[in-house]
Formats: sequence, structure tokens, C-alpha cells
Amino acid sequence: MKVTAKVAGYEIRDVIRSRWLIGYTLFFLVITDALFRFGGGGEKALLSLVNVVLFLIPLVAMVFSTVYLYAAREFIELLLAQPIKRRQVFAGLYIGLTLPLSLSFVAAVCIPFILHRGLANAQPGTFAALLLAGIALTLIFTALAFLIVARTEDRIKGLGLAVALWLFLAVLYDGLVLLLVSIMADHPIERLLLGLMLANPMDLARVALLLQFDVAALLGYTGAVMQRFFGRSIGVTVTSLALAVWVLAPLLAGMRAFQKKDF
Amino acid sequence: MIEARHITKTFGRLRVLDDLSLSISPRRITGLIGPNAAGKTTLAKIILGLTKADSGTLEIDGTPIGADDSYRSRIGYMPQMARFPENLSARDLFEMLTDLRRPTRPVDDELVERFSFAGALDKPIRMLSGGTRQKVNAVIAFLFRPDLLILDEPTAGLDPVSSGILKDKIFADKAAGKTFLLTSHIMSELDELADDVAFINEGKVAFVGALAELKRVTRQSNLERAIAEMMKRGAAA
Repeated sequence: MKVTAKVAGYEIRDVIRSRWLIGYTLFFLVITDALFRFGGGGEKALLSLVNVVLFLIPLVAMVFSTVYLYAAREFIELLLAQPIKRRQVFAGLYIGLTLPLSLSFVAAVCIPFILHRGLANAQPGTFAALLLAGIALTLIFTALAFLIVARTEDRIKGLGLAVALWLFLAVLYDGLVLLLVSIMADHPIERLLLGLMLANPMDLARVALLLQFDVAALLGYTGAVMQRFFGRSIGVTVTSLALAVWVLAPLLAGMRAFQKKDF
Repeated sequence: MIEARHITKTFGRLRVLDDLSLSISPRRITGLIGPNAAGKTTLAKIILGLTKADSGTLEIDGTPIGADDSYRSRIGYMPQMARFPENLSARDLFEMLTDLRRPTRPVDDELVERFSFAGALDKPIRMLSGGTRQKVNAVIAFLFRPDLLILDEPTAGLDPVSSGILKDKIFADKAAGKTFLLTSHIMSELDELADDVAFINEGKVAFVGALAELKRVTRQSNLERAIAEMMKRGAAA
């Protein structure tokens, strides 16, 4: 445990000096601030922010982690040549990436919120849900990046795979779901849709967030189905649990691949 | 010191090490030579546990590796390509490794003093030249006074002065009882440094023994010609 914390600590010292992370923080800071200035009240700003969070966090978490891990290959070799366990190196690397990414997102969203007294207009629960969803997406997509890097030797292929996966989950998936709905219009496919929603972490995060807003039923088919099927409180529990599974599954698979990998 | 038995390793369809057995004697400098992609680096990485053999056993002083990671505290490793976290300084790196390894003896920073680093130790590593990074790499290998040093192309990228300093250090530490395993493409360098040579070709040990013995058998005066002679004979046989 101690070794893991040390590995994470040194990696954080490296990551926080990276220009990419600084750019990422500034981007969220500017976006959140702009949404407040031009988008009116707190609730509206939050809703607009949801869309940015849902698309951008997975992309940045995945691309940043993939690029970082490929670039750090020799450094990882150096760590693995020390008398420490692979598991500790893996856990340290994961914490060392997810912690700065999550913290910079949380800070960049919170600061404008406090400055503009956003909480006066928005539900604190909704705001907390947005932060948690952002953190969950960071954890999930960093874990997916670890899995991709551990299993793909070629860095161009790995990076391509990461971007393709993001594109599929963010854009194509919804299109395919809609296609399915239109084809199966005469059949009761609510359960199938629920299954499909659980299978895509970005969809899952969207539904978990939109359940927090009163407009849930108006935004997206899966959201409406979810609310009708579970109601609000059970819906939140189910989506949260599913998100937790989405963090653990790629993380454990990535750890296994890392343990077996030849460096 | 190191006893490798029947080690086989394949990457995809490529058989990098093919039932390789090799014994490395303590308190000597063993040079690993062989053509490109002969499996030298792979063997070094298997000793370190960075790469896992498909089959075969590897023992260090009679203890098989793999069960426990603590054996690596006895090994200093200088990888072929020195790349470190871009935004940390060399000093951060030394501190980090010291913090991770928790050595019981004071660290050996003789090379830090002998290589003239000037202010380079406190700059982010991305600002250092290739040669300076290689010096940092060398410092790390010796830092924790390991019994066994695995140096992969140690003088690549070093200027003659630094290369000389490193060689002096290798001789001094060998005299102090340490074991070295080193690979190099520069035959004259191995000629100067090695006591034993292991010639690896196509994943097998083609020759292993004392350098003097190799020269005697092939009736050549230097290692490069002796190896060429061995390869010629191998091709003829």
C-alpha cells in the first residue's frame, strides 16, 4: 500500500506539470464560467455542462491516459526493475492518473460555481451528481485506457483503438439504438433498451445525471424508459451500481493483462 | 550466480530464445554478444522479471525467480534506452528510487560526482541531452550497491570521457566482488571489459566461456575476429 502511494505520488508530480492537464483544467474553467455568464441560472448552466462532461471527460481521460502510458513505457520498466510488485506499480499508475484528472475537473467546475453563486439557483444534489458522474467517467475511461495499453503493443494502434472506442460509445451507439427502436417499433423492447443502456458507460452516466433533473423524461429515449421502469430513486441506485461495475471490470481486466505483460 | 535452464520465449511466431541454458559466474564480467534480435535484451529482461519465459527455470544463487519480487533489490539495471518521466528532474528520480527501495546502506553516488552534471540534475529530464540521460541511467544502475549489474549497451551515446569514467567504475566494482552482465555492439569494448563471453545466436548459446579461451580456439587476437571466425565455422558445420 505504501509503495503504491509512493508510485502514485511521483507520477502525480510528473502529471501536474504537464501542459495537457493545465489545458484541460483551463478549458473546464472557461466553459463553466461562460455557461454561467451567458446561460442564465444555475440549473440551466448545469444542464449544459452535463453534455460537455459526458462527451469530453471520456475523450480526455482515454486519450491522455493512453498517450501518457505509452510515453511512460520506459519509466514503467524502470519501476518494474525495482524490488516492488507489479500490482503496486499498476495501482500507483492508475491512482497517479485518475487523481489529478478528477481533481482538476472538480476544481475547474467548482470555482466558477462558487464565484457565480450557482448553488443558490441549482439543487446541491444535482451539482454533486454532476461531479460524481464526472469522476466516475474519469475512472472508467482511464481504466479502459489501461486495458488497451496493456494489451496493445503498438502505440498508434492503441491510440486509434482508444479514439475509436470513444467515437463508438459517444456517437455511433446512440445511432444504433435509435435504428433498433425504429426497426422494432411494434415490439416491446423496453427491457432490451435498458440492457443496452447499461452496456454503455456514457449512456449510463447520462441517464444517471438526467434522472436528477426534472426534464429527465424529455431528454433521450433511454432516460424516459429508465424513469418509467424504475422511478427516480431506484434508478439512481441501479445506475450507480452499474457505473461501479464499469469501473471495476476494465480495471481488473487491465490489471490481469499488466501482470502477464512482457516489457 | 545466475543459472538459466532450458529457457524458451516466443513473441507471436518469433522464437526469440530457444531452449537456452546459460550459467553466469559470480565476480566476473560476462559479455552477451550476438547479432541484432538474437535475444540478448530478452534474456536480460527475463532475469529481471520484466519479461516472462514460456518455459524453463532461472535461478539466482540457487533461488528460483518469480515467487518473490525482493530479489531485484540485489540487481542494478541499466536499460538500453534511457527515458524517464519528462517533467521530473534527475534528482527527483534518485529520490524516488531511494524512497521505493529503502536501501539499508548509504547510496553509491560516486558516479554523480565523477560525471560532470553541473546544474543538469535539477532540470526537467526532457531538457537533458541523450548523453546526459544515459549518465543518469548509469548512476541509477550503481546507486544501490547491487551485487549484480545488468547493463544493456551501457556506453551508447556517452562521450569518450564519460565512457571512460563508466568503464573505470565497472572495473572498480568488479574488483569489489560484483557480477556484471553486459551487452554491447561494440566488440572492442567487450574485448576490453569482459572476462567471459556468451555468444547468442538464433535464441541459443553458440559459445560460452572465457574470452581468452575463445581467442585461443579461434586463433584470433581480438574478439571481433574471433566471433567472425566462430560464425564462419558455424555456417560451415
